[in-house]
Amino acid sequence: MMIVEEIMNKEVYTLPPDASIRDALQLLKSKKIRHIPVVDEKQHLVGLVTERDLKNITSSIFQKEIREEILKKPLHSFMIKKVVTGHPLDFVEEVAYLFYDNQIGCLPIVQDGKLVGILSETEVLHTFVELTGANQPGSQIEVKVPDKTGILYEVVTVIHKQKANVLSVLVYPDKKDERYKILVFRVQTMNPLELIHALKKEGHTVLWPNMPGISI
Amino acid sequence: MAKYARDFHMKKKAVFIYSDDLLTYKFHNQHPFNQFRITLTIDLLKSIDALKEEHIIPPRIATEKELTLIHDPSYIQAVKKAGEGQLSPDIAEGYGLGTEDTPIFKGMHEASALLVGGTLTAVDWVMTDKAEHAVHLGGGLHHGFRGKASGFCIYNDSSVAIQYLLEKYHARVLYVDTDAHHGDGVQWSFYDDPNVCTLSIHETGRYLFPGTGNINERGNGKGYGYSFNIPLDAFTEDESWLHAYETAIWEVAAFFKPDVILTQNGADAHYYDPLTHLSTTMKIYERIPKMAHAIAHQYCDGRWIAVGGGGYDIWRVVPRAWSRIWLEMTDNNHFNGPLPEKWISKWSKKSPVPLPAAWEDPEGIYKPIPRKQEITEKNRLTVEKALYPLRHEH
Repeated sequence: MMIVEEIMNKEVYTLPPDASIRDALQLLKSKKIRHIPVVDEKQHLVGLVTERDLKNITSSIFQKEIREEILKKPLHSFMIKKVVTGHPLDFVEEVAYLFYDNQIGCLPIVQDGKLVGILSETEVLHTFVELTGANQPGSQIEVKVPDKTGILYEVVTVIHKQKANVLSVLVYPDKKDERYKILVFRVQTMNPLELIHALKKEGHTVLWPNMPGISI
Repeated sequence: MAKYARDFHMKKKAVFIYSDDLLTYKFHNQHPFNQFRITLTIDLLKSIDALKEEHIIPPRIATEKELTLIHDPSYIQAVKKAGEGQLSPDIAEGYGLGTEDTPIFKGMHEASALLVGGTLTAVDWVMTDKAEHAVHLGGGLHHGFRGKASGFCIYNDSSVAIQYLLEKYHARVLYVDTDAHHGDGVQWSFYDDPNVCTLSIHETGRYLFPGTGNINERGNGKGYGYSFNIPLDAFTEDESWLHAYETAIWEVAAFFKPDVILTQNGADAHYYDPLTHLSTTMKIYERIPKMAHAIAHQYCDGRWIAVGGGGYDIWRVVPRAWSRIWLEMTDNNHFNGPLPEKWISKWSKKSPVPLPAAWEDPEGIYKPIPRKQEITEKNRLTVEKALYPLRHEH
């Protein structure tokens, strides 16, 4: 089980609350980041500014003098103060759900009141890419199975007999029929034909490749 | 005599790298990767008098030093040991050896090093101006990694040859890969290098091995923007496939302006191929070398090296497809209609499937594809996205 501290970014670029919007825009640009946690002198998280918010504030102002005025303003007058945060020991799955539920692009990680790291969507997504095994050479096989106890065991037994190395397994509900599930295997082989044949021979429904409206 | 002397110094149009020793790259009788397809191709070319003994140049074996242009020394030692039956299964697995895909066989180092040497032989003939073009059908093992065997490939002849081209000839290399599988090994070998441009057109990795080859794999660091991938949908047909290929190869060549073009000619995008799900026919295998040839003359002073690759319907697809490369190289690509009776009668008893009667496939070898229009549209969008940086450079 993967936890947040294994994947979080520990090198966090922060600013104090009295830093200006100009400072923030420069930091976003020079570090190629999209979020800046705002911390006080004790490293306590007090707010968050995002590239999108700052751009919204500054881009709508056309008059140069007013724009200059705005750029000088301190962050504490614009920052998000109620920040959704995570803990280093949170599970990655739970955290992924936080991103989805709160529609956020980053998650500051706070331990003992202090900012210790940050997670962006990129890190979370990369972890899920690793979970699916898509970063290693392999073929993908999908098997439609009735939703009943022991079915995964049955399918895996066939795979084991074929000496195929499984890179990852995912289980999806079948959106068309709730009595079924779709098992997705990434198998480390360029030639999955024998395996597909063996699965079919055991009475399993292999969807490969699975494109709505087309079957082979 | 004078005539012969002059001929001797004349640059050849093309050479065909081959010797029977290349057939030693063999896993076992049931394995889908079967180099007997080269024998079938040569026999087809000879039966139409298109290939003669004087065209054939034997491959040299690549030295260990040459292999280390790409491969880790520890991996080379492991392959050597494996081929002598001296590698333990646990260690072998770490190197991708002894798997169902890449089983261990006796003398596998020597067989693989000869295969790499064949591609180096082809490179030397072309780069020293002894021949305009060279083909080595035993090569094209594009899945091999620096320290690991993968997808039927032990050493990556194309990667070694490209590094050799960079170091010995200081050439800018355009690598074009039309195998149905993504050319991952070659792409990752030169992912950071702006002197090598890789273009791979393949079936999407959604289901198919190796799974990579997305549009957004564009290179890294200085090499960013020098890696192009066109992942096509399963069931893609001739017209859509050719649109993708012809659009991409011309635009990429115009952008990169290579000194030499190396094409990988896997012949597994055909409808008959058992391992993949594209629905193309012989039409694409006539056009693939034509475009490569035209680009070689437009940008590279003719310098074109072609290698083989995948291709698992060794009877109905590969001999016809690969013959087209040689016919194109020798300006002899006008064959159509019935295949020579001699070839058909010689092999029809051995072939487990009825051999094709003609160079072209007849209409209707597969049932109409239900979602053809959507697939074509999706592929067109894929090409647009992949080539977007070239079209909006400034």
